[in-house]
Amino acid sequence: MINFLILPLLIPFLTAILLIFCSKNVVLQRWVAGISAFINVAVAFLLVQKVRNNGIQTLNLSSWEAPFGITLVSDMLSALLVLTTTIIAFACVIYSFKSIGIEREKYFYYPALNFMIVGVIGAFSTGDIFNLFVFFEVLLMSSYVLLVLGGTKIQLRETIKYILVNVISSALFVIAVAYLYSVVGTLNMAHISVRLSELGQSGIITVIAVLFLIIFGLKGGIFPLYFWLPGSYYAPPAPVMALFGALLTKVGVYAIMRTYTLFFIHDTGYTHQLLMILSIITIIVGVVGAIAFSDIKKIIIYNIIVAIGVILFGVSVMTPDSLAGSIFYLIHDMIIKSGLFLLIGIIIAITGTSHLRKFSGLIKRYPGLGWTFFIAALVLAGIPPFSGFVGKVLIVKGGFESEHYWGGAIILGSSLLVLFSVMKIFINGFWGTPQNFAGESKVPVRKLLIAPIILVTISVLYGAGSEFIFPYILQAAETLANPSIYIDAVLKEW
Amino acid sequence: MEIVMAIVIGVLFMSATYLMLSKSLLRIIIGTGLLSHGAHLLILTMGGLKRGTVPLLGEEASAYTDPIPQALILTAIVISFGVTAFFLVLAYRAFKELGTDNTERLRGNEGND
Repeated sequence: MINFLILPLLIPFLTAILLIFCSKNVVLQRWVAGISAFINVAVAFLLVQKVRNNGIQTLNLSSWEAPFGITLVSDMLSALLVLTTTIIAFACVIYSFKSIGIEREKYFYYPALNFMIVGVIGAFSTGDIFNLFVFFEVLLMSSYVLLVLGGTKIQLRETIKYILVNVISSALFVIAVAYLYSVVGTLNMAHISVRLSELGQSGIITVIAVLFLIIFGLKGGIFPLYFWLPGSYYAPPAPVMALFGALLTKVGVYAIMRTYTLFFIHDTGYTHQLLMILSIITIIVGVVGAIAFSDIKKIIIYNIIVAIGVILFGVSVMTPDSLAGSIFYLIHDMIIKSGLFLLIGIIIAITGTSHLRKFSGLIKRYPGLGWTFFIAALVLAGIPPFSGFVGKVLIVKGGFESEHYWGGAIILGSSLLVLFSVMKIFINGFWGTPQNFAGESKVPVRKLLIAPIILVTISVLYGAGSEFIFPYILQAAETLANPSIYIDAVLKEW
Repeated sequence: MEIVMAIVIGVLFMSATYLMLSKSLLRIIIGTGLLSHGAHLLILTMGGLKRGTVPLLGEEASAYTDPIPQALILTAIVISFGVTAFFLVLAYRAFKELGTDNTERLRGNEGND
């Protein structure tokens, strides 16, 4: 069945449309959203196996030949990211049942969530640059709705800033596509890559490369363009925050990975050097933010920025090792960040505050929550048996082998400070004298814990079974390192 | 012709940037409108402004204008239309709830726990 790779996109899309019609029946909505999210995980899993066995899957929509129609492409990287997205979506949906509240659920919470998943999966699996723009808009538009849904003062205020930043970056995306179209005259990514290698890297292409870095950097939150992220991600409730933190910035990171390994590979001395410098400063800024705040949401938000820097450093080095490390770390980070956001959502629901100095002694009454958080913190920092370790080792190895010693050293130092920042939450919040908390009796902690425990378990298995997973990662890295594999798969007759 | 269009688009971007840096929320939204106008005109210009009839096969002319940028613009127009409508309603709601349209006063750090 050649249409298989469109299924992970189609399932949430049809679910979202269906859910619009039963918006007042909350129980039905929960069942439909939960079941469809679970089916999508299974479908995405089959897609990964299919790409593993049969190589890169392509689908020419309406059977138009490759450069003339829109092509959907599923190589190993995008298949793995689609699988990760569906797992996170499933966890956030079942967490939402007990936490988001009936009022939000009645006003199209689940349809908006499903449309956002459509946008994310579409952005991961498209092979056309303008189609990528459209899927970006799909996911951004639903993220505006999810961010403002509920209409509290802080949500209104932060949504204004978030929309403004994204309207500007979308206009820049249109401008960049216009420039690129006038240079190469095509929109299909594989075809653009062919045309660019025929042209060689002239000055205008370097300018377009930097323009793309600015656009995707605005979406992904790299150094001078991360300013909107701490405020905007602070506003929404926990499951929305988990979806944003895990998926939205990573779509920007994926787009940088794709364009910087497929399009702009002929003058790496300038473009990739720039990417490397920006990613290192991103790590430093993120670490400074993570240790400066004593607000648990802010600490995890700045840890997102650190991870983006680490992943992009691996991309900028461009050795097979560092690319494999980046992919491994990207998937690890998506899973564990959503897990951490869901866990601090529970902590905030219990204590009624996100400020570290205002509560202590949680482990006495909530040992399950405490130890899950402890394991999640170790996973995040990359302690050897867990999954953050392998990715970081490969990135640092790639950095040292290509003689970027400072970058490697800063990544190693950053892990230490990341560990300090999350352990600060554990020591101040979970140890100490037990207190009585405001929301204690109302919060169904056991039911809420299911979703983060699933995510942390997957994350631990991902680290422990890295031997088993590694062939998949290597296949993904091979496609990134040799764009000709991707081009041959898309433009078969050329 | 492309030179003239480039200058006009530059002026549009300049005005948009100026308006988006102001304090009033409504001016910012007008700025985003001008920015999307500039971006759409830029696609049309960068696709080439050569002479040719409209892209309809019934015309049976020897040369047509490039249809792809026109399709791209049409897509980008409806998307920016949707986003602008959402943004305007959001600004209205924010004015009702927060009682101000001055972005200087849209600050603060309290959470939504």
